[in-house]
Amino acid sequence: MPNRASCVIIGGGINGCALAYELSKAGMKDIVVVEKNFLASGATGRCGGGIRQQWSTPMNIKFAIESVHIFEKLDEILDYETEYFQGGYLILAYTDDEVKQFEKNVNLQKSLGLDVRMLSPQEALKTVPHLNVEGVKAATYCPKDGHANPFYVTQAYAKKAKENGVRFMLDTEVVSIDSYNDKITAVNTTNGKILTDTVINTSGGYAHLVAKMLGIEIPVKPYRHEILVTEPVNHLFDPLIISFYHHVYFRQELNGGIIMGQGDPDEPSSFNVEGSFKFITEVTNKVSKLMPKLKNVSVVRQWAGLYAVTPDAQPILGPLPPFDKFIQAVGFSGHGFMLAPRVAQHLTDYIINGNMSDEIKNCSIHRFDNMELDVDVNVV
Amino acid sequence: MREEDVIICRCEDGTLADVKDAIHRLGLRSVEEIKRVKRFGMGHCQGKTCGKLIAQIISQELGIPYEDVKPATPRQPAKTVKLSKYSEAGGQKNA
Repeated sequence: MPNRASCVIIGGGINGCALAYELSKAGMKDIVVVEKNFLASGATGRCGGGIRQQWSTPMNIKFAIESVHIFEKLDEILDYETEYFQGGYLILAYTDDEVKQFEKNVNLQKSLGLDVRMLSPQEALKTVPHLNVEGVKAATYCPKDGHANPFYVTQAYAKKAKENGVRFMLDTEVVSIDSYNDKITAVNTTNGKILTDTVINTSGGYAHLVAKMLGIEIPVKPYRHEILVTEPVNHLFDPLIISFYHHVYFRQELNGGIIMGQGDPDEPSSFNVEGSFKFITEVTNKVSKLMPKLKNVSVVRQWAGLYAVTPDAQPILGPLPPFDKFIQAVGFSGHGFMLAPRVAQHLTDYIINGNMSDEIKNCSIHRFDNMELDVDVNVV
Repeated sequence: MREEDVIICRCEDGTLADVKDAIHRLGLRSVEEIKRVKRFGMGHCQGKTCGKLIAQIISQELGIPYEDVKPATPRQPAKTVKLSKYSEAGGQKNA
């Protein structure tokens, strides 16, 4: 039990582990990661694993492009096979409004250097031959989008962080954070007290509870997001397919299993991570229509995780006043996994060198002061 | 019999040697962690065969009483079900 740390990271998901790695690589000693259960046991290990760059705000697009540059080299950097695969993302438009929005998105994405294009329904069919394009008006396609295995990416970061001397306390829950005159003094856990002046909140769906330990309310709420996986079948398609119109996405894993997920926009905020019958009947119905060939494929498992959602679906990054050493990497609103590699670098640069990048400034908690928000409409 | 030849997880081809490697080299301490990192228990049977075997191996290797080794979270469906069966069941409501 370490009784002193230069920094305590709360949450052993992708953001906590990526930060532990980047901070230790930058030379920080005595880093402790406190995890309530085990690595990737929360939102990270339950997520769909998608990595996309097709967003509708400049910041999200730039962030995601830079993250993909890291993912492309991650196996080599971390010496671990993370099942990263660039099969592309195919996003389907079903209404004229969607077509208009997607054209706008593609122009913006192209202007930021992304290889992305509008496809006609026939071109979409060429990309995914088993797709049912009935009702599809157009699609957007970025071949460099893709997916990776969230458990493996988390393990990969954690393994290297451990080699760099980071200590991981698993099965350990943070119960309170001590402070004096707006400075953090210690973190109290179910396995004892750790003296520290720096705390990083990477606790996913529980982020607002951690912030509350220092008496601060942050606009992050947990929402259940459900998902299922089928038995492995022969390779059918490469891209992850999204329909915002149907609130659904699905992709094929490298082992052949098909993952399908959707959020229920009408469901109230909660910590519920149980699977529901409503979800499984709805999602199977939708995906059977989008790809009729999947009708006879069997579901093996359904589960759920938490999206930690902010009012503008963008994360909250950086310090949380009045504490300058209470750092947030929270509220990713369902895209924390794909952004984590780059977010960890930005925050490391801030924590080690004091450089506050434009990205962190854009994602600062202060943007909610006047609530004039740049909302990303591309959320599923 | 060699540990490499003893199959523990039939769906994902996991052997006794793999499970011991997960415990001792990778430092995994629970059925749930081994499931996530090694995929044992994620196949067709959903851990109905391997789950209890892995719990016993953890118990032996780490000296934890068997009853203290937690099983992985059970997930629906209890056995595999075709997509079409679900959409039929929910079809009326979602039509």
